Amino acid sequence: MAKNNPTKEVEIIKNNKIINDFCITFSTVNGSGSATANTTLMRTFFKMGIPVSGKNIFPSNIQGLPTWYTLRLSKHGYLARVQEDDIVIAMNPSTINKEIDYIVPGGALFYPDDIKIANTRGDIVYYPIPIRKIIKESEVTPSLKDYISNMVYVGILAQMLGIPLVIIQEALSFHFKNKEKPVNLNMDVIGKSAEWAKENLTKSDPYFVEPMQGNDDWIMSDGNTAGALGSIFGGVQFTAWYPITPASSLAESLHEYIPELRTDPVTGKETSVIVQAEDELAAIGMAIGAGWGGLRSMTSTSGPGLSLMTEFIGLAYYAEIPVVIWNVQRVGPSTGLPTRTAQGDITFVKFMGHGDTDNIMLFPGSVNECFEFGWKAFDIAERLQTPVVVMSDLDLGMNEWMTPKFNYPDQPIDRGKILWEEDLQKMLDKYQNEFGRYKDLDGDGIPYRTLVGNMHPKAAYFTRGTGHDEYASYTEDPEIWEESLSRIKRKFENGKQYLPKPMIKSNDSKSGIICVGSAAFPVEEAIDMLSKDHLYFDYMRIKSIPFHQEVIDFLHIHDRIYIVELNRDGQLAQLLTLAAPVESIKFRNVTKVDGLPLTAKWIANEIRKDEEK
Amino acid sequence: MMVNSEIKTGNENSAGLTRADYRGRPSTLCQGCGHNSISSQIVAACYELGLVPEKIAKFSGIGCSSKSPTYFLSRSFGFNGLHGRMPSVALGGLFADITVKGLGVSGDGDTASIGMGQFKHLARRNMPMVYIVENNGVYGLTKGQFSATAEEGLLLKRQGINTYLPVDICMEALVTNASFVARGFAGDPKQLKNLLKAALSHDGLAILDIISPCVTFHNKENSYHSYLWGKEHEIQLHDIEFVQARDEITIEDFEPGSSKEVSLHDGTVVLMKKLDKDYDPTNRYEALRILEEAERENTLITGLLFVDPNAKTLFDRYCLPDEPLNRLEPSKLRPSADALNKLNQSLFMK
Repeated sequence: MAKNNPTKEVEIIKNNKIINDFCITFSTVNGSGSATANTTLMRTFFKMGIPVSGKNIFPSNIQGLPTWYTLRLSKHGYLARVQEDDIVIAMNPSTINKEIDYIVPGGALFYPDDIKIANTRGDIVYYPIPIRKIIKESEVTPSLKDYISNMVYVGILAQMLGIPLVIIQEALSFHFKNKEKPVNLNMDVIGKSAEWAKENLTKSDPYFVEPMQGNDDWIMSDGNTAGALGSIFGGVQFTAWYPITPASSLAESLHEYIPELRTDPVTGKETSVIVQAEDELAAIGMAIGAGWGGLRSMTSTSGPGLSLMTEFIGLAYYAEIPVVIWNVQRVGPSTGLPTRTAQGDITFVKFMGHGDTDNIMLFPGSVNECFEFGWKAFDIAERLQTPVVVMSDLDLGMNEWMTPKFNYPDQPIDRGKILWEEDLQKMLDKYQNEFGRYKDLDGDGIPYRTLVGNMHPKAAYFTRGTGHDEYASYTEDPEIWEESLSRIKRKFENGKQYLPKPMIKSNDSKSGIICVGSAAFPVEEAIDMLSKDHLYFDYMRIKSIPFHQEVIDFLHIHDRIYIVELNRDGQLAQLLTLAAPVESIKFRNVTKVDGLPLTAKWIANEIRKDEEK
Repeated sequence: MMVNSEIKTGNENSAGLTRADYRGRPSTLCQGCGHNSISSQIVAACYELGLVPEKIAKFSGIGCSSKSPTYFLSRSFGFNGLHGRMPSVALGGLFADITVKGLGVSGDGDTASIGMGQFKHLARRNMPMVYIVENNGVYGLTKGQFSATAEEGLLLKRQGINTYLPVDICMEALVTNASFVARGFAGDPKQLKNLLKAALSHDGLAILDIISPCVTFHNKENSYHSYLWGKEHEIQLHDIEFVQARDEITIEDFEPGSSKEVSLHDGTVVLMKKLDKDYDPTNRYEALRILEEAERENTLITGLLFVDPNAKTLFDRYCLPDEPLNRLEPSKLRPSADALNKLNQSLFMK
């Protein structure tokens, strides 16, 4: 078969090897069990020291629809998505003809030899693989055949790219938690496939991998796991949640790790409670109830769930109850694209709730930062007694990333202004025997709170979403209403000091680029691309809203500002316009929402076009 | 009027408190509202049981009924949340300190319409707290619309005739495996107080559907949500008597063979004197049957319909520390740096 291989027509230019800098896309059918094979390859490249990122583009479906997984190897360390494929592993007959079009000239196509394809392109390399035959010859039980057939391409790639089998074995051992049987079963197929490739395929493409120095002290995780772990190290005590893509795995990670990390070694009791609620209305209600009771409390959801939670979040804003909400963003409006990524909830979350509201947002820009903001969010929520929304997204949350290892929190837990019996007595002694739940005693807009179970006869107060005075009593008094809302505004103004500051990189340019969250990956790469054209930019990644003064200053000192985001309307730009209207004439919106993570090439092109005007 | 400014009368209960220590602020509900008599009986029941107000937390949703928690137990923490969502707030709030007793007050609009889901899921979880439904068949605060418990064929001034069938809250509670289901009548304070005491002593979710007439919008003689109808059609299942754990249990008022006693989890005993019906409140099927029968016979059955004192509660399903969760020191909340190192290693660290 290899003898008739059409690859003969394609010449590799010797000494023009492409090493550790290309992209492989695996096209499979949803539910066919390709995830183990793909993740194993990603882990293998990672262990070889090669910077690698993986993106799973999957349908809202359990079984049967096409799924793509792309691995990008980048010796320069770029982890963003790229648009073109160098190598395609096409396991899905229904999409193969389309995939051929995406392969770069000189690229390679691996496909099962029972798929009939039209060899329409003479500028790529074709590698047909007898998957059925190889599986037949291995000792796999029939029930595992479909599943394990994905390991055939792992073995073929190992041979064709030069991946050491011993590292694949290490990755598989990790995956199967050192269980010998499945590791050996998979390695057997991988070894036989590599052997077959060695004997039957002629290497005619330029792609190779080589071990390199890198990735030391880095780990592999997804943003949802990182967010859950960060929350656990932040002392989460109560979680209520309802399943929704792409947020479910965050709560599931809590279920997975809490027994291990939050069981008291002495008493054997668990210090963190998780409840799977009946819906998002109940999930946020429970979380707010627990936050009110003095527990570090959270929920996790995505757009549609957050829409349902909005009324409760308005209550928590006005009644001043701490709660942390993870919003793992997906494409809206409506049900939208449930399995695709976006940054489309920025303006919604900012103003969530009727009446005058304002919500705190944190934007993790990496998996590592998901961990960091996981614990920080509780300190901020309790210090400011208000909901804090952590704005992750599907790309960050559900994809496996390589990321610097998680750092232990560098600040002690801050529970904010809580009064227990003795604290309250001291306060009563100091302030004429009066406790007012909503009294601004310190002039920072932040009142003191007592918690249920406090046995002091003056500790109790009545929490309500209706108009209330400093003593939490019902009132419709116009002046008291105005003053209480003004105080909350002051609290937010003063509260900025507790929020993460923006990351700013200066190139002494008069032009700046701004983004939030996971858009940082393609933006930073685009900045490097543009610098090769001698176009230089200052760069700011905003980590929280409301904006720090540094954000406004950045707007002020630049003449032209590109704001890159994954939504249609330029929502971050909208909020920046509100914060600094006079600066907004400098804004250039670089926005796109097609469900896929942005690419550096697209961003660079958009900016270049504008710069050339 | 603050409770603490009141002069104590000297009639102290077992907790060393007087009735005044259980009072709330003056009611702003209508004169004669059934909800006000329920508030009075809550005060009486808590006082007589010697509960410590600081060890009770009040929860409510939205509506006339949900305003009432300010009218009792000023020394208890309270949370007036959102329409139909008292259950979720209470569930979260009570995890903060499981030694605090939850007392939820809701209405028929709050529970049987928007809150039906949360009501049933609270029952399904057997969240240990009292859940009172002040049931008047009408939306009062919005000035008189039908609620989901209003009978078919009722006439209201602006809306006309109700064409829908009513929801029976006790029936709903029973089919969702609630562990304590009772029906009371605001016009029958003696029985109500005993039902409240039993509910407060139950370890599990105690659902108490109290027919509480709305004197302003819905006190019609032909509706079971009215005083007159209730007085004429009420049939008590039993003469309910409540005996606290620490009291010596006496059943001298009850002739042998004519009473049924149920021991609650904390050792208290509810004694039910047989009236004209031979009724077993530990049989869920019987409870459903008697409710169905009452509907056919156009009567208002009151009393303890069902109780399972040993049903596993939500808290039983967790392994919680003895110390309240909200009093745990930060050192107990954050795992060690060593734990994080191990975790990093476990995430395929290079």
